[in-house]
Amino acid sequence: MESTIVKSVDYNAYFGDNHVVKNVNIEIPRNNVIAVMGPSGCGKTTFLRGINRMHELIPGATAKGKIMLNNEDVMEMHPIFVRLKIGMVFQRPNPFPNLSIYDNVIAGYKLNGIKLPKAEKDKIVEHSLTRVALWKEVKDSLTKKGSFLSGGQQQRLCIARAVAMEPEVLLFDEPTSALDPISTSTVEELFHELKKNYTLIIVTHNMQQAARVSDRTAFFYMGELVEYDNTKQMFTNPTDIRTQNYITGRFS
Amino acid sequence: MTQLENEIQAVKVELVSMWNLVESQLQKSRAAMLNFDRDLAREIVTKEKRVNAFELKLDRDCEDIFALYCPVAIDLRFLLAVLKINNNLERIGDIAEGIAKYIIEPIKDFDHSLFAKTDLIKMFDDSIKILADGRMAFEKEDTILARSIFKKDEVLDIINQDAIERISECIKENPDLMKDALYVLSIIRKLERVGDQTKNIAEEIIFYIEAKVLKHQQESSKN
Repeated sequence: MESTIVKSVDYNAYFGDNHVVKNVNIEIPRNNVIAVMGPSGCGKTTFLRGINRMHELIPGATAKGKIMLNNEDVMEMHPIFVRLKIGMVFQRPNPFPNLSIYDNVIAGYKLNGIKLPKAEKDKIVEHSLTRVALWKEVKDSLTKKGSFLSGGQQQRLCIARAVAMEPEVLLFDEPTSALDPISTSTVEELFHELKKNYTLIIVTHNMQQAARVSDRTAFFYMGELVEYDNTKQMFTNPTDIRTQNYITGRFS
Repeated sequence: MTQLENEIQAVKVELVSMWNLVESQLQKSRAAMLNFDRDLAREIVTKEKRVNAFELKLDRDCEDIFALYCPVAIDLRFLLAVLKINNNLERIGDIAEGIAKYIIEPIKDFDHSLFAKTDLIKMFDDSIKILADGRMAFEKEDTILARSIFKKDEVLDIINQDAIERISECIKENPDLMKDALYVLSIIRKLERVGDQTKNIAEEIIFYIEAKVLKHQQESSKN
Protein backbone atom coordinates (compact mmCIF):
# COMPACT_ATOMS: atom_id res chain seq x y z
CA MET A 1 0.00 0.00 0.00
CA GLU A 2 1.32 3.44 -0.98
CA SER A 3 2.01 5.74 1.96
CA THR A 4 0.96 9.38 1.91
CA ILE A 5 3.83 11.86 1.74
CA VAL A 6 1.96 15.15 1.36
CA LYS A 7 -1.49 15.84 2.67
CA SER A 8 -3.45 19.06 2.69
CA VAL A 9 -6.19 19.50 5.25
CA ASP A 10 -8.75 22.27 4.73
CA TYR A 11 -6.08 24.34 3.01
CA ASN A 12 -7.10 27.87 2.02
CA ALA A 13 -4.93 30.55 0.42
CA TYR A 14 -5.60 34.25 0.04
CA PHE A 15 -4.11 37.29 -1.67
CA GLY A 16 -5.43 40.01 0.64
CA ASP A 17 -9.21 39.47 0.57
CA ASN A 18 -9.07 37.39 -2.57
CA HIS A 19 -9.78 33.78 -1.63
CA VAL A 20 -7.84 31.85 -4.30
CA VAL A 21 -7.59 28.31 -2.89
CA LYS A 22 -10.70 27.03 -1.13
CA ASN A 23 -10.69 24.27 1.41
CA VAL A 24 -8.49 21.84 -0.45
CA ASN A 25 -8.15 18.34 0.98
CA ILE A 26 -5.83 16.04 -0.90
CA GLU A 27 -3.55 13.12 -0.14
CA ILE A 28 -0.49 12.58 -2.33
CA PRO A 29 1.08 9.12 -2.32
CA ARG A 30 4.86 8.69 -2.17
CA ASN A 31 6.76 8.07 -5.44
CA ASN A 32 3.83 9.10 -7.57
CA VAL A 33 3.57 11.75 -10.25
CA ILE A 34 0.62 14.05 -9.61
CA ALA A 35 -0.60 16.39 -12.34
CA VAL A 36 -2.47 19.51 -11.26
CA MET A 37 -4.54 21.08 -14.01
CA GLY A 38 -7.24 23.68 -14.41
CA PRO A 39 -7.96 26.93 -16.24
CA SER A 40 -5.90 30.05 -15.62
CA GLY A 41 -6.66 31.63 -12.27
CA CYS A 42 -8.07 28.43 -10.75
CA GLY A 43 -5.55 28.44 -7.89
CA LYS A 44 -3.39 25.51 -8.97
CA THR A 45 -0.06 27.39 -8.88
CA THR A 46 -1.00 29.07 -5.60
CA PHE A 47 -1.75 25.67 -4.13
CA LEU A 48 1.57 24.33 -5.44
CA ARG A 49 3.46 27.26 -3.91
CA GLY A 50 1.63 26.68 -0.66
CA ILE A 51 3.04 23.17 -0.38
CA ASN A 52 6.60 24.46 0.20
CA ARG A 53 5.56 27.73 1.83
CA MET A 54 6.49 29.92 -1.10
CA HIS A 55 3.01 31.41 -1.17
CA GLU A 56 3.67 33.33 2.02
CA LEU A 57 6.65 35.11 0.38
CA ILE A 58 4.25 37.27 -1.63
CA PRO A 59 3.23 40.46 0.22
CA GLY A 60 -0.38 40.25 1.42
CA ALA A 61 -0.56 36.49 0.88
CA THR A 62 -1.95 34.38 3.71
CA ALA A 63 -2.97 30.76 4.18
CA LYS A 64 -5.14 28.69 6.53
CA GLY A 65 -5.36 24.98 7.09
CA LYS A 66 -2.57 22.44 7.06
CA ILE A 67 -0.04 21.07 4.63
CA MET A 68 1.44 17.91 6.09
CA LEU A 69 4.76 16.44 4.98
CA ASN A 70 5.20 12.93 6.38
CA ASN A 71 2.47 13.75 8.91
CA GLU A 72 4.22 16.90 10.12
CA ASP A 73 2.69 20.32 9.57
CA VAL A 74 5.00 22.33 7.28
CA MET A 75 3.71 25.54 8.88
CA GLU A 76 5.44 24.47 12.06
CA MET A 77 8.75 23.76 10.32
CA HIS A 78 11.43 26.24 9.38
CA PRO A 79 10.60 27.44 5.84
CA ILE A 80 14.15 26.79 4.63
CA PHE A 81 13.95 23.21 5.87
CA VAL A 82 10.58 22.82 4.11
CA ARG A 83 12.11 24.03 0.82
CA LEU A 84 15.05 21.67 1.22
CA LYS A 85 12.62 18.77 1.56
CA ILE A 86 10.24 20.09 -1.11
CA GLY A 87 12.17 21.44 -4.09
CA MET A 88 10.70 23.51 -6.88
CA VAL A 89 11.29 23.92 -10.61
CA PHE A 90 9.74 26.83 -12.47
CA GLN A 91 8.22 27.46 -15.88
CA ARG A 92 11.27 29.15 -17.42
CA PRO A 93 14.65 27.53 -16.92
CA ASN A 94 16.43 29.82 -14.46
CA PRO A 95 20.01 28.69 -13.91
CA PHE A 96 22.18 31.32 -12.25
CA PRO A 97 23.63 32.96 -15.36
CA ASN A 98 26.96 33.85 -13.82
CA LEU A 99 27.58 30.48 -12.22
CA SER A 100 29.16 27.47 -13.91
CA ILE A 101 27.17 24.30 -14.49
CA TYR A 102 29.00 22.78 -11.53
CA ASP A 103 28.22 25.69 -9.22
CA ASN A 104 24.62 25.81 -10.38
CA VAL A 105 24.10 22.23 -9.20
CA ILE A 106 25.45 22.91 -5.72
CA ALA A 107 24.00 26.41 -5.49
CA GLY A 108 21.49 25.27 -2.86
CA TYR A 109 24.30 24.28 -0.51
CA LYS A 110 26.21 27.52 -1.09
CA LEU A 111 23.14 29.71 -0.61
CA ASN A 112 22.32 27.92 2.63
CA GLY A 113 25.88 28.30 3.87
CA ILE A 114 26.54 24.57 3.87
CA LYS A 115 30.23 23.91 3.29
CA LEU A 116 31.21 20.57 1.83
CA PRO A 117 34.59 19.01 0.95
CA LYS A 118 35.46 19.10 -2.79
CA ALA A 119 35.13 15.33 -3.16
CA GLU A 120 31.65 15.45 -1.64
CA LYS A 121 30.63 18.29 -3.96
CA ASP A 122 31.98 16.39 -6.97
CA LYS A 123 29.94 13.39 -5.96
CA ILE A 124 26.75 15.45 -5.56
CA VAL A 125 27.26 17.15 -8.94
CA GLU A 126 27.81 13.89 -10.80
CA HIS A 127 24.99 12.13 -8.98
CA SER A 128 22.51 14.97 -9.56
CA LEU A 129 23.38 15.47 -13.21
CA THR A 130 23.19 11.71 -13.77
CA ARG A 131 19.73 11.62 -12.19
CA VAL A 132 18.50 14.20 -14.70
CA ALA A 133 20.24 12.49 -17.63
CA LEU A 134 22.55 15.46 -18.20
CA TRP A 135 25.88 14.10 -16.95
CA LYS A 136 27.00 12.57 -20.24
CA GLU A 137 26.18 15.80 -22.10
CA VAL A 138 28.01 18.21 -19.77
CA LYS A 139 30.68 16.22 -17.90
CA ASP A 140 33.43 17.77 -20.01
CA SER A 141 32.12 21.33 -19.71
CA LEU A 142 31.23 21.65 -16.03
CA THR A 143 33.07 24.96 -15.76
CA LYS A 144 31.03 26.55 -18.55
CA LYS A 145 28.21 28.89 -17.62
CA GLY A 146 24.81 27.25 -17.22
CA SER A 147 23.32 29.82 -19.56
CA PHE A 148 25.28 28.32 -22.49
CA LEU A 149 23.12 25.22 -22.41
CA SER A 150 20.02 24.77 -24.57
CA GLY A 151 16.60 25.49 -23.02
CA GLY A 152 15.91 21.82 -22.37
CA GLN A 153 19.35 21.28 -20.85
CA GLN A 154 18.94 24.39 -18.69
CA GLN A 155 15.65 23.05 -17.37
CA ARG A 156 17.30 19.71 -16.55
CA LEU A 157 20.10 21.64 -14.84
CA CYS A 158 17.47 23.38 -12.70
CA ILE A 159 15.98 19.99 -11.84
CA ALA A 160 19.50 18.77 -10.97
CA ARG A 161 19.88 21.81 -8.69
CA ALA A 162 16.69 20.82 -6.89
CA VAL A 163 17.67 17.13 -6.79
CA ALA A 164 21.11 17.99 -5.33
CA MET A 165 19.46 18.97 -2.05
CA GLU A 166 18.05 15.42 -1.75
CA PRO A 167 14.43 16.52 -1.40
CA GLU A 168 11.54 14.13 -0.93
CA VAL A 169 9.11 16.05 -3.09
CA LEU A 170 9.67 18.04 -6.28
CA LEU A 171 7.19 20.71 -7.36
CA PHE A 172 7.07 21.70 -11.02
CA ASP A 173 5.21 24.78 -12.25
CA GLU A 174 4.56 24.27 -15.97
CA PRO A 175 8.07 22.89 -16.39
CA THR A 176 7.98 22.36 -20.15
CA SER A 177 5.85 25.24 -21.38
CA ALA A 178 8.95 27.11 -22.55
CA LEU A 179 10.55 24.06 -24.19
CA ASP A 180 10.42 22.62 -27.70
CA PRO A 181 8.78 19.17 -28.23
CA ILE A 182 12.10 17.26 -28.15
CA SER A 183 13.19 18.87 -24.89
CA THR A 184 9.67 18.40 -23.51
CA SER A 185 9.87 14.71 -24.34
CA THR A 186 13.27 14.42 -22.61
CA VAL A 187 11.94 16.10 -19.47
CA GLU A 188 8.83 13.90 -19.51
CA GLU A 189 11.02 10.78 -19.77
CA LEU A 190 12.91 12.15 -16.81
CA PHE A 191 9.73 12.31 -14.71
CA HIS A 192 9.39 8.53 -15.03
CA GLU A 193 12.94 8.09 -13.73
CA LEU A 194 12.65 10.72 -10.98
CA LYS A 195 9.53 9.21 -9.48
CA LYS A 196 11.55 6.17 -8.39
CA ASN A 197 13.21 8.42 -5.80
CA TYR A 198 10.93 11.42 -5.40
CA THR A 199 7.29 12.40 -5.41
CA LEU A 200 6.53 14.82 -8.23
CA ILE A 201 3.71 17.36 -8.27
CA ILE A 202 3.39 19.04 -11.66
CA VAL A 203 1.18 21.99 -12.55
CA THR A 204 0.53 21.81 -16.26
CA HIS A 205 -1.71 23.39 -18.86
CA ASN A 206 -0.84 20.62 -21.25
CA MET A 207 -3.50 17.99 -20.73
CA GLN A 208 -1.78 15.43 -22.92
CA GLN A 209 1.28 15.84 -20.75
CA ALA A 210 -0.81 15.30 -17.63
CA ALA A 211 -2.22 12.14 -19.22
CA ARG A 212 1.20 10.89 -20.34
CA VAL A 213 3.26 11.44 -17.22
CA SER A 214 1.07 11.33 -14.16
CA ASP A 215 -0.32 8.56 -11.99
CA ARG A 216 -3.01 10.75 -10.50
CA THR A 217 -4.56 14.01 -11.66
CA ALA A 218 -6.14 16.85 -9.71
CA PHE A 219 -8.52 19.28 -11.40
CA PHE A 220 -8.93 22.74 -9.89
CA TYR A 221 -11.66 25.20 -10.79
CA MET A 222 -12.27 28.60 -9.20
CA GLY A 223 -10.06 27.72 -6.27
CA GLU A 224 -11.74 24.40 -5.52
CA LEU A 225 -10.35 20.94 -5.98
CA VAL A 226 -13.14 19.59 -8.16
CA GLU A 227 -11.82 16.09 -8.80
CA TYR A 228 -8.75 14.06 -7.88
CA ASP A 229 -8.39 10.55 -9.17
CA ASN A 230 -6.35 8.01 -11.03
CA THR A 231 -5.22 9.67 -14.29
CA LYS A 232 -6.67 6.92 -16.51
CA GLN A 233 -10.02 7.36 -14.84
CA MET A 234 -9.87 11.16 -15.12
CA PHE A 235 -9.18 11.03 -18.85
CA THR A 236 -11.59 8.26 -19.77
CA ASN A 237 -14.52 8.75 -17.45
CA PRO A 238 -14.28 11.73 -15.10
CA THR A 239 -16.95 11.91 -12.43
CA ASP A 240 -17.60 15.65 -12.42
CA ILE A 241 -19.13 17.33 -15.48
CA ARG A 242 -16.79 20.33 -14.99
CA THR A 243 -13.78 18.04 -15.35
CA GLN A 244 -15.27 16.48 -18.47
CA ASN A 245 -16.01 19.88 -19.99
CA TYR A 246 -12.47 21.07 -19.25
CA ILE A 247 -10.59 18.08 -20.61
CA THR A 248 -12.77 17.86 -23.73
CA GLY A 249 -12.28 21.57 -24.43
CA ARG A 250 -15.94 22.47 -23.91
CA PHE A 251 -15.17 24.70 -20.96
CA SER A 252 -16.75 28.13 -20.82
CA MET B 1 -18.89 24.41 -30.72
CA THR B 2 -15.22 23.47 -30.69
CA GLN B 3 -13.59 22.07 -33.81
CA LEU B 4 -13.47 18.66 -32.15
CA GLU B 5 -17.22 18.81 -31.48
CA ASN B 6 -17.79 19.66 -35.15
CA GLU B 7 -15.66 16.71 -36.23
CA ILE B 8 -17.49 14.38 -33.87
CA GLN B 9 -20.85 15.64 -35.09
CA ALA B 10 -19.76 14.98 -38.68
CA VAL B 11 -18.75 11.41 -37.77
CA LYS B 12 -22.13 10.89 -36.08
CA VAL B 13 -24.00 12.09 -39.18
CA GLU B 14 -21.87 9.85 -41.38
CA LEU B 15 -22.45 6.79 -39.20
CA VAL B 16 -26.21 7.39 -39.22
CA SER B 17 -26.10 7.60 -43.04
CA MET B 18 -24.28 4.27 -43.15
CA TRP B 19 -26.83 2.85 -40.70
CA ASN B 20 -29.73 3.97 -42.93
CA LEU B 21 -28.07 2.33 -45.91
CA VAL B 22 -27.53 -0.96 -44.04
CA GLU B 23 -31.13 -0.92 -42.80
CA SER B 24 -32.29 -0.35 -46.35
CA GLN B 25 -30.10 -3.22 -47.58
CA LEU B 26 -31.68 -5.55 -45.03
CA GLN B 27 -35.21 -4.39 -45.89
CA LYS B 28 -34.50 -4.93 -49.58
CA SER B 29 -33.10 -8.39 -48.95
CA ARG B 30 -36.39 -9.23 -47.19
CA ALA B 31 -38.41 -7.94 -50.15
CA ALA B 32 -36.14 -9.69 -52.64
CA MET B 33 -36.49 -12.97 -50.73
CA LEU B 34 -40.28 -12.81 -50.49
CA ASN B 35 -40.69 -12.11 -54.21
CA PHE B 36 -37.55 -13.84 -55.43
CA ASP B 37 -36.74 -10.52 -57.07
CA ARG B 38 -33.38 -11.08 -58.72
CA ASP B 39 -33.03 -7.48 -59.92
CA LEU B 40 -33.47 -6.18 -56.40
CA ALA B 41 -30.98 -8.78 -55.16
CA ARG B 42 -28.42 -7.58 -57.74
CA GLU B 43 -29.02 -3.99 -56.57
CA ILE B 44 -28.20 -5.08 -52.99
CA VAL B 45 -24.95 -6.69 -54.13
CA THR B 46 -23.99 -3.52 -55.99
CA LYS B 47 -24.84 -1.25 -53.06
CA GLU B 48 -22.75 -3.35 -50.69
CA LYS B 49 -19.74 -1.52 -52.16
CA ARG B 50 -21.18 1.71 -50.76
CA VAL B 51 -21.42 0.12 -47.31
CA ASN B 52 -17.75 -0.85 -47.60
CA ALA B 53 -16.84 2.69 -48.69
CA PHE B 54 -18.64 4.09 -45.63
CA GLU B 55 -16.66 1.73 -43.41
CA LEU B 56 -13.32 2.84 -44.84
CA LYS B 57 -14.24 6.52 -44.69
CA LEU B 58 -15.36 6.30 -41.04
CA ASP B 59 -12.20 4.41 -40.07
CA ARG B 60 -10.10 7.10 -41.72
CA ASP B 61 -12.05 9.97 -40.14
CA CYS B 62 -11.73 8.45 -36.66
CA GLU B 63 -8.01 7.90 -37.19
CA ASP B 64 -7.60 11.56 -38.21
CA ILE B 65 -9.45 12.76 -35.12
CA PHE B 66 -7.30 10.57 -32.86
CA ALA B 67 -4.15 11.94 -34.46
CA LEU B 68 -5.16 15.59 -34.61
CA TYR B 69 -7.30 16.16 -31.53
CA CYS B 70 -6.22 13.54 -28.96
CA PRO B 71 -9.80 13.09 -27.71
CA VAL B 72 -10.46 12.11 -24.10
CA ALA B 73 -13.36 11.06 -21.87
CA ILE B 74 -16.76 10.97 -23.65
CA ASP B 75 -15.20 12.00 -26.97
CA LEU B 76 -12.72 9.14 -26.76
CA ARG B 77 -15.45 6.65 -25.83
CA PHE B 78 -17.63 7.93 -28.67
CA LEU B 79 -14.90 7.38 -31.26
CA LEU B 80 -13.97 3.96 -29.89
CA ALA B 81 -17.67 3.00 -30.04
CA VAL B 82 -18.00 4.36 -33.59
CA LEU B 83 -15.09 2.22 -34.78
CA LYS B 84 -16.76 -0.91 -33.44
CA ILE B 85 -20.31 0.00 -34.52
CA ASN B 86 -18.90 0.74 -37.98
CA ASN B 87 -17.42 -2.75 -38.10
CA ASN B 88 -20.67 -4.36 -36.93
CA LEU B 89 -22.74 -2.44 -39.47
CA GLU B 90 -20.42 -3.49 -42.26
CA ARG B 91 -20.93 -7.12 -41.27
CA ILE B 92 -24.71 -6.66 -41.28
CA GLY B 93 -24.25 -5.22 -44.78
CA ASP B 94 -22.37 -8.42 -45.70
CA ILE B 95 -25.28 -10.48 -44.33
CA ALA B 96 -27.79 -8.59 -46.50
CA GLU B 97 -25.52 -9.18 -49.48
CA GLY B 98 -25.19 -12.87 -48.58
CA ILE B 99 -28.97 -13.28 -48.55
CA ALA B 100 -29.21 -11.42 -51.86
CA LYS B 101 -26.73 -13.82 -53.44
CA TYR B 102 -28.98 -16.78 -52.53
CA ILE B 103 -31.80 -15.04 -54.39
CA ILE B 104 -29.75 -14.36 -57.52
CA GLU B 105 -29.37 -18.10 -57.93
CA PRO B 106 -32.65 -19.42 -56.51
CA ILE B 107 -33.90 -22.96 -56.11
CA LYS B 108 -36.43 -24.01 -58.72
CA ASP B 109 -40.04 -24.41 -57.50
CA PHE B 110 -39.20 -23.18 -54.02
CA ASP B 111 -41.87 -24.03 -51.43
CA HIS B 112 -42.86 -20.66 -49.95
CA SER B 113 -44.76 -22.33 -47.09
CA LEU B 114 -41.39 -22.92 -45.43
CA PHE B 115 -41.20 -19.20 -44.61
CA ALA B 116 -44.28 -19.41 -42.41
CA LYS B 117 -43.35 -22.78 -40.89
CA THR B 118 -40.00 -21.45 -39.66
CA ASP B 119 -41.00 -17.92 -38.56
CA LEU B 120 -38.49 -16.58 -41.08
CA ILE B 121 -40.56 -13.50 -41.93
CA LYS B 122 -40.99 -12.63 -38.26
CA MET B 123 -37.27 -13.07 -37.80
CA PHE B 124 -36.57 -10.74 -40.72
CA ASP B 125 -38.99 -8.13 -39.34
CA ASP B 126 -37.50 -8.37 -35.85
CA SER B 127 -33.96 -8.05 -37.20
CA ILE B 128 -34.86 -4.92 -39.14
CA LYS B 129 -36.67 -3.53 -36.10
CA ILE B 130 -33.78 -3.99 -33.66
CA LEU B 131 -31.34 -2.54 -36.15
CA ALA B 132 -33.57 0.55 -36.37
CA ASP B 133 -33.85 0.62 -32.56
CA GLY B 134 -30.06 0.62 -32.39
CA ARG B 135 -29.90 3.61 -34.71
CA MET B 136 -32.51 5.49 -32.68
CA ALA B 137 -30.66 4.67 -29.43
CA PHE B 138 -27.42 5.97 -30.97
CA GLU B 139 -28.97 9.14 -32.38
CA LYS B 140 -30.88 9.99 -29.20
CA GLU B 141 -28.24 8.65 -26.80
CA ASP B 142 -31.00 6.51 -25.29
CA THR B 143 -29.49 3.70 -23.19
CA ILE B 144 -32.94 2.39 -22.17
CA LEU B 145 -33.71 1.71 -25.81
CA ALA B 146 -30.21 0.27 -26.28
CA ARG B 147 -30.79 -2.11 -23.36
CA SER B 148 -34.13 -3.21 -24.81
CA ILE B 149 -32.16 -4.70 -27.72
CA PHE B 150 -30.73 -7.41 -25.45
CA LYS B 151 -34.24 -8.77 -24.79
CA LYS B 152 -35.26 -8.49 -28.45
CA ASP B 153 -32.16 -10.38 -29.52
CA GLU B 154 -33.25 -13.25 -27.29
CA VAL B 155 -36.39 -13.62 -29.45
CA LEU B 156 -34.19 -14.04 -32.52
CA ASP B 157 -32.09 -16.61 -30.66
CA ILE B 158 -35.21 -18.61 -29.79
CA ILE B 159 -36.43 -18.63 -33.40
CA ASN B 160 -32.96 -19.73 -34.45
CA GLN B 161 -32.90 -22.53 -31.88
CA ASP B 162 -36.38 -23.73 -32.82
CA ALA B 163 -35.52 -23.63 -36.51
CA ILE B 164 -33.54 -26.88 -36.44
CA GLU B 165 -36.50 -28.77 -35.03
CA ARG B 166 -38.92 -27.19 -37.48
CA ILE B 167 -36.64 -27.74 -40.46
CA SER B 168 -36.09 -31.39 -39.43
CA GLU B 169 -39.85 -31.87 -39.25
CA CYS B 170 -40.29 -30.37 -42.72
CA ILE B 171 -37.61 -32.64 -44.17
CA LYS B 172 -39.12 -35.69 -42.46
CA GLU B 173 -42.56 -34.84 -43.88
CA ASN B 174 -41.24 -34.15 -47.34
CA PRO B 175 -37.65 -35.23 -48.10
CA ASP B 176 -37.87 -33.55 -51.51
CA LEU B 177 -37.81 -30.20 -49.67
CA MET B 178 -34.31 -30.88 -48.31
CA LYS B 179 -32.67 -28.17 -50.44
CA ASP B 180 -35.42 -25.60 -49.76
CA ALA B 181 -35.21 -26.28 -46.03
CA LEU B 182 -31.46 -25.86 -45.89
CA TYR B 183 -31.81 -22.63 -47.86
CA VAL B 184 -34.23 -21.27 -45.26
CA LEU B 185 -32.01 -22.46 -42.42
CA SER B 186 -29.05 -20.60 -43.92
CA ILE B 187 -31.01 -17.35 -43.98
CA ILE B 188 -32.18 -17.89 -40.40
CA ARG B 189 -28.56 -18.37 -39.31
CA LYS B 190 -27.59 -15.13 -41.02
CA LEU B 191 -30.42 -13.20 -39.39
CA GLU B 192 -29.44 -14.59 -36.01
CA ARG B 193 -26.03 -12.97 -36.65
CA VAL B 194 -27.79 -9.64 -37.34
CA GLY B 195 -29.22 -9.90 -33.82
CA ASP B 196 -25.77 -10.60 -32.37
CA GLN B 197 -24.17 -7.72 -34.26
CA THR B 198 -26.91 -5.34 -33.14
CA LYS B 199 -26.48 -6.52 -29.57
CA ASN B 200 -22.78 -5.68 -29.84
CA ILE B 201 -23.75 -2.26 -31.16
CA ALA B 202 -26.07 -1.74 -28.18
CA GLU B 203 -23.18 -2.56 -25.83
CA GLU B 204 -21.04 0.05 -27.57
CA ILE B 205 -23.77 2.68 -27.26
CA ILE B 206 -23.98 2.03 -23.52
CA PHE B 207 -20.18 2.13 -23.24
CA TYR B 208 -20.08 5.47 -25.01
CA ILE B 209 -22.82 7.10 -22.97
CA GLU B 210 -22.44 5.49 -19.53
CA ALA B 211 -18.80 4.36 -19.64
CA LYS B 212 -19.95 0.86 -18.68
CA VAL B 213 -18.39 -2.20 -20.29
CA LEU B 214 -21.06 -4.86 -20.83
CA LYS B 215 -19.12 -7.14 -23.16
CA HIS B 216 -18.84 -10.76 -22.05
CA GLN B 217 -21.26 -10.22 -19.17
CA GLN B 218 -24.24 -12.34 -18.22
CA GLU B 219 -27.40 -11.10 -19.91
CA SER B 220 -29.06 -10.64 -16.50
CA SER B 221 -26.38 -8.21 -15.32
CA LYS B 222 -26.62 -5.94 -18.36
CA ASN B 223 -29.76 -4.10 -17.23
